[in-house]
Amino acid sequence: MDAIILQILNGLDKGSAYALIALGLTLIFGTLGVVNFAHGALFMIGAFCAVTLSRLLTLSHQVLDESRKDFLGNPLKVDVPYVTEWFGETTGAAIIDWAVPLAILFSIPVMILIGVIMERGLIKHFYKRPHADQILVTFGLAIVLQEIIKYFYGANPIPTPAPEVFRGSFDFGVLLGFDPNAVIYPYWRLVYFGFAALIIGGVFAFLQFTTFGMVVRAGMADRETVGLLGINIDKRFTIMFGLAAAVAGLAGVMYAPINSPNYHMGMDFLVLSFVVVVVGGMGSLPGAVLAGFLLGILESFASMNQIKAILPGIDQIIIYLVAIIILLTRPRGLMGRKGVMED
Amino acid sequence: MFGLGKKDLSLFLIVVGLALFAPFLLNPFPTGSSLAQFNAGYPDLMQRFVIFGIFAIGFNLLFGLTGYLSFGHAAFLGMGSYAAVWMFKLLSMNVIPAILLSMVVAGLFAVVIGYVSLRRSGIYFSILTLAFAQMSYNLAYSVLTPITNGETGLQITLNDPRIFGVSATADGGIPVTNLFGLEMRSATTLDIAGWSFSFSAGYYLCAIMMILAFYLAIRIFRSPFGLMLRAIKSNQHRLNYTGLNARPYTLAVFVISGMYAGLAGGLLASMDPLAGPERMQWTASGEVVLMTILGGAGTLIGPVLGAGFIKYFENIFSKINDGVLHSWFAFLPDGIENLVVGLIHPFVGKGWHLTLGLMFMLVVIFLPGGLVEGGQRIGRLMRRRKKPAQDPRKPSPNPAE
Amino acid sequence: MGILEVKDVNKRFGGLKALSEVNLSVRENSVHAIIGPNGAGKSTLLNCLVGKLIPDTGSVLFDGQSVLGRKPFEINQMGISRVFQTPEIFGDLTVMENMMIPLFARRDGSFRLHAIRSVRAERALVERAEQMLTDVKMIDKRSMHAASMSRGDKRRLEMAMCLVQEPRLLLLDEPTAGMARADTNNTIDLLKEIKESRNITMAIIEHDMHVVFSLADRITVLAQGTPLVEDTPANIKGHPKVREAYLGEHA
Repeated sequence: MDAIILQILNGLDKGSAYALIALGLTLIFGTLGVVNFAHGALFMIGAFCAVTLSRLLTLSHQVLDESRKDFLGNPLKVDVPYVTEWFGETTGAAIIDWAVPLAILFSIPVMILIGVIMERGLIKHFYKRPHADQILVTFGLAIVLQEIIKYFYGANPIPTPAPEVFRGSFDFGVLLGFDPNAVIYPYWRLVYFGFAALIIGGVFAFLQFTTFGMVVRAGMADRETVGLLGINIDKRFTIMFGLAAAVAGLAGVMYAPINSPNYHMGMDFLVLSFVVVVVGGMGSLPGAVLAGFLLGILESFASMNQIKAILPGIDQIIIYLVAIIILLTRPRGLMGRKGVMED
Repeated sequence: MFGLGKKDLSLFLIVVGLALFAPFLLNPFPTGSSLAQFNAGYPDLMQRFVIFGIFAIGFNLLFGLTGYLSFGHAAFLGMGSYAAVWMFKLLSMNVIPAILLSMVVAGLFAVVIGYVSLRRSGIYFSILTLAFAQMSYNLAYSVLTPITNGETGLQITLNDPRIFGVSATADGGIPVTNLFGLEMRSATTLDIAGWSFSFSAGYYLCAIMMILAFYLAIRIFRSPFGLMLRAIKSNQHRLNYTGLNARPYTLAVFVISGMYAGLAGGLLASMDPLAGPERMQWTASGEVVLMTILGGAGTLIGPVLGAGFIKYFENIFSKINDGVLHSWFAFLPDGIENLVVGLIHPFVGKGWHLTLGLMFMLVVIFLPGGLVEGGQRIGRLMRRRKKPAQDPRKPSPNPAE
Repeated sequence: MGILEVKDVNKRFGGLKALSEVNLSVRENSVHAIIGPNGAGKSTLLNCLVGKLIPDTGSVLFDGQSVLGRKPFEINQMGISRVFQTPEIFGDLTVMENMMIPLFARRDGSFRLHAIRSVRAERALVERAEQMLTDVKMIDKRSMHAASMSRGDKRRLEMAMCLVQEPRLLLLDEPTAGMARADTNNTIDLLKEIKESRNITMAIIEHDMHVVFSLADRITVLAQGTPLVEDTPANIKGHPKVREAYLGEHA
């Protein structure tokens, strides 16, 4: 029992990331009708927003520290971040420590800007082109974005720690009456799950309760009719693209402490997120979220030693297997609508 | 001749000529000259030209004719390589059984993957093939290590049985791949004046395979089978109501195309007997898509051009480093020289993938028909210039409805 | 006994009864029209005939064999060809290539891996395609890209593609829908020509009275999912029930 709970928990954080990326993919696909292969790159850029901010915050200059001497007796040169100089020792240190959560604020405008530029500058011209062309051009864009990041940040993963207070683990086992240490779970992953739930809730509330969201939903259902009503759909769709980019970016920012960002993390997640979208049902937002969590948890179950002992390697392929089975038995995915991408 | 129409025949003969005389054509610069770095006439690179040419020709049969965009074709190439290396380990270093088995194995996997993936079309098909390829890659990387040797890759060793060959050569080395005794790495060099041309047995084997593959592709393009495939791309609905079942047609071409990929993989292993999982990664699948699009999807010659173009520039661009750049722009004043070098730097050397990505985007945006379409446009432009006498005010003879 | 026998067909969509107790018999070598106001169930009936929909009850027999549950290509192979409301042709191919595909389908069945011999080497089939194109006066357009032709020509090509298969039954789904008068008249002339020059059975679903009365041997009037009457055009014109249900608004 405790093992099962542990696996469910383990699946939640990956599931959250899948769900967030898949949500953005579905928004873009549903509203703009574009299959965006560069969406994973947005997730990756988000993670690098966290890296960038933590680097910016630790920008420092060297100061002679008279109170400390090196072995020759000269005053020691120490690096002092500007932040601590400006805000004092404790506040400065706290700001640096909280770089990742602060990057949320930093990344939102950045991601929206990137999203809008992408849509206006490139994607817009591909609305009327075949899906294959959309796939190809966004695939090319993904390579370009990935290589730019690689150029500036190098090929190695960059550890980006969470704030000190979240670095420990929470003992779920005690809470549920199991032995101590039976079910321990890092705090940050809990935070990630909560954060993802918040964003998903926010996106749904936005679509459900605002006029803007209503028009977008109508557009997802039937683009032409809404266009005929004289509502400027294009502008709203640009904003939607920015929003989807922001969602992917935020998912990336918060994921940085879980998995040190590297330039190819976007594609790794994208392939899986596409599978998630397909399993959930192309064009269905709840389907994307549901499938994201479902596959995340399934993946974590498959990596249990007991299961791997019976089916070696199952953790590597479980998601693809499920996707293949779903596509063959329920061609529209778990919650797909009729008529979406049927041809 | 050869059952080809006049146009196809000349195209075929051009490809034959290019392939057979490649050692001359790709070595236009004397060995000692500063331009020699742009030569491509050495066996290793030429082999890659033709092998990836085969891969792209096969991919084009599927994508160019039916419009089904597979994003997992590299999986078949990788399987072909593994199969070939196993033949070298178990049977003998002769390349013939290796190549045959690589095609058979790739074909069998293509039957299974195609049977499942082709139940859906469009984006679903792309994602399904991508999922299968990633699955194969993950398996090759981890669980199937006994067969694939995981991350290190599969190699031949002195302990391999090689029941029809020898485990080790007389002097204790690892035997080399051969065609009934003709070693694949053997080459004769011809020195004429300042030039040096190298003729490698391995290259000519690959070139002949490519010529055969190209010939078969022409026949398929012009056959009733090819016509049905183009009809599938054009209007599957009408095809069904005309009494034709699209599924076996797409499956057949998927398998043929998978076997082309397997052949390419087998040849890669025959030239250099090792196989690793990275050959199956999605980036490798993306590369063959790029070759086909860049050359011109749905055209005969396009994939061959695209493969050659990309492999050539990959080789050249990767070789250019800051030292080379500085030597090129040495004539500029120092400040400007550094600026120019700094601007170019991200795109060359290790930055080749950035250039590739940009090129990919530019081609899809501006030249969806690839190099072939580009060539046709230039051709039209030239012809128009030749006869400017035509009255521009005169309406065209067939006004659109 | 007709070549196409529809017996007691019922079809519901949720609470809506689209077809109820439809009985219909199309005789060989005749032109049978199915008319009715919008929403009478014409399209539903047609979709049942070509296997796109399966009726809840009842049977559809073509030459004594059931067509229910069969795929479109199987139904075509049984001898039923279909012309669509908007012409469905292979737009990316030339007119000649468009003609070759149905010929291959008729000769080789639903699938055959003919990957080596070139299309041009199939002399006999090429000749038949050319003959058909000459018959429908399109031979001069043989190398044209099908997508670049006028709508009227596309319709003509689609018809030729169906006829070259020598179908035992040709289904036409509102062949003149959305056409200008001149195009409509051309299509009627073409259909008349076809009817007179070959022994062919046609079933036409049509809205346009002019088309129906100038072509049909027999007419079935469909109203609210059920056949009202079946008779010759002359009798239908004067039939009080028909006037009431269908022509009422125009009369």
